[in-house]
Amino acid sequence: MKINMFQRMIAGLMMSASLIAPTYAQDDLDNPAWFMVDDGMALWETPNGPNDVSLEECDLGLGAGVVEGAFAQLPRYFEDTNQVMDIEARILHCMETIQGRDLVDVLAKPYSNAGGPGTEMEALVAYVASESNGMELATPQDHPAEQAAYELGEQLFYFRAGPHDFSCATCHSQSNKRIRLTELANLTNDESGPVFGSWPAYRKTEGVVRTMGWRLQSCSRQQRLTQLQIGSEATTALEVFLAVNGAGAEITAPGYKR
Amino acid sequence: MKKVVMIFMSLALVAPFSIAEQGIENVWKASTKEVGQAKYDRLSQDELQDACSTKGGVKEGYDVNVLRQKAQESIVYPKYETFDPSYYLGDWKNGESIAKNGKGLQYNDDPKDPNGGNCYACHQMAQEEVAYGTLGTTLQNYGMRGQSEVMMQYTWAKIYNPHVYNVCSMMPRFGVNGILTEQQMKDVMAYLLDPNSPVNN
Repeated sequence: MKINMFQRMIAGLMMSASLIAPTYAQDDLDNPAWFMVDDGMALWETPNGPNDVSLEECDLGLGAGVVEGAFAQLPRYFEDTNQVMDIEARILHCMETIQGRDLVDVLAKPYSNAGGPGTEMEALVAYVASESNGMELATPQDHPAEQAAYELGEQLFYFRAGPHDFSCATCHSQSNKRIRLTELANLTNDESGPVFGSWPAYRKTEGVVRTMGWRLQSCSRQQRLTQLQIGSEATTALEVFLAVNGAGAEITAPGYKR
Repeated sequence: MKKVVMIFMSLALVAPFSIAEQGIENVWKASTKEVGQAKYDRLSQDELQDACSTKGGVKEGYDVNVLRQKAQESIVYPKYETFDPSYYLGDWKNGESIAKNGKGLQYNDDPKDPNGGNCYACHQMAQEEVAYGTLGTTLQNYGMRGQSEVMMQYTWAKIYNPHVYNVCSMMPRFGVNGILTEQQMKDVMAYLLDPNSPVNN
């Protein structure tokens, strides 16, 4: 990924500004994810693809070009595709339709290896999500397709399969439980909100920013199932289930995790 | 031309309003890729998986007693003429490493490596191991219950197919699904039941 030194400096300044700016909680800014946010902002504004245009005209649900607050209302139904789309699916859609890009390269490696460097997708998601930091999670349930996505997400959540008979619910339908020393959130109720609202997040064990799409893919691995794909129907439906269960929680993205 | 029309028709079928008709298995299938040893056949549910894929309890239309009976019939016990605990017990040291090993059957795992049992993900076992999960009950001092034939058969069944007892148990069916070999299960049994095992000290 292209590294913009100037953007990194700005991010560094923002991080040190936490020492003097009382309007930001220090915890929020002492997070290497902000480097990725600035990389993402630069990528968002840089012309790319055969059409040589930036993503600035991308409609994330609140109108073309509106990034602020868009993440708080994703996934949502989009009339132009007649689909419920999550942040990653929508960014892919804009790359394809606005920039005219062939998505083969992006889809070949949407998520980075541990240790990085981060991918374009991770940076873009970090940037878009950060523009809803501090807002309330308000994933819409107005359109019938959004309601259907929630119902599908719930059914996927309880679907047991594979050699270990695991569903999402195996680990995430009770409160105050752990796997080894890792605390598990109950994602069937409002405990889901702080979890959903803190992705994408910098994972210090891996040294990279991870997205919710990556997190769910990782769950499909631990479930011993086939590999969940970025922007897929199941990914989006599960996100709708989690986000709606956690509606009203404060978005703290980009988060910082173990 | 006809082919093209059919492709468009099938695309129309995956539009957001047709979820129920697709079936959950097919949504998983369309949303995932086969990687490594994880193939699509893993998404086909057996009867028990289907029965237990619901919020709390058992799906309507299933008879709990029938499911438990079938689970009982699935269990293959070690063969012997006159009972002796040694027929069930392997090496507790091997059992310990199986209990601590969380690998196996994931799409990024090497199928040539032995699978782990990952008991510690959910159960407290030896006192000295503090990194234990809490989804399952504690198994500390499990061997205090002795080594009678009933105890051996109960524990073997619980590992082989836990649905015999709690019909929608969250625990994997280590025997039925071939996650662990018979020898590995005996080693885990020894880790639980051998008086010298750290589980009992």
